[in-house]
Amino acid sequence: MDFFSLAISIVYVLLSLSLLVSLVRVIIGPSLADRVVALDLIAFVVISLIATYAISSGHPVYLDVAIVLALVAFLGTIAFARFIIMRAEKLRKEGTHV
Amino acid sequence: MKSLILHTATRLMIGVLVLFSLFLFFRGHDEPGGGFIGGLVGAGAFTLYAIAFGTEATRKVLRIHPITLIAYGLLSLVVSGLIPMFMAEPFLTGKWLFIEWGAFDTKLSTPLLFDIGVYLCVVGFIVTVIFSLEEE
Repeated sequence: MDFFSLAISIVYVLLSLSLLVSLVRVIIGPSLADRVVALDLIAFVVISLIATYAISSGHPVYLDVAIVLALVAFLGTIAFARFIIMRAEKLRKEGTHV
Repeated sequence: MKSLILHTATRLMIGVLVLFSLFLFFRGHDEPGGGFIGGLVGAGAFTLYAIAFGTEATRKVLRIHPITLIAYGLLSLVVSGLIPMFMAEPFLTGKWLFIEWGAFDTKLSTPLLFDIGVYLCVVGFIVTVIFSLEEE
């Protein structure tokens, strides 16, 4: 096994581990904000997985998928952030604390 | 949403999103890309603008009502299908026109017209859905 494929395999293992750890944070996350940040992190780990696959497969076309995901992934986080703001305002109107 | 970070980032991101959407659109047909994914990324740009500055500002930026965009898209689809019929060929046959300028070649075709229609339809549809969800 040459150095290139060994490095690719190590990167795959490490990225998969970070996906698993982020998934744990999504499941046990104490507050909604923790879960949203963990989902954002998962999106960016997936971007690096796609980039790694583009390198290992030798098809640069896959990089465009990573670019599209990077451009669009944060939209979901922004929408979640606005949802959290709206929920906090609603709870404040009702007089209860989060 | 009132946030200085979001407003500043949106002004920068809009250009990148629209540019990449046009890049995907023009690379289409022979290589990965095309009207549908280009339209999706372009609609993402207007969605980001609508989240950051509100739907009223986005309507002013868009200038055209999104349903009108869908109508122009469908018109483009029908025209791309009708052009081969005037050359005594079946509906939706792909006709190509190669123009050689010397330094670079231009390839015009009815599939390009069809892709423009798909692009306008996708952008119009998604922006319509986003606007009606935002204004609810």
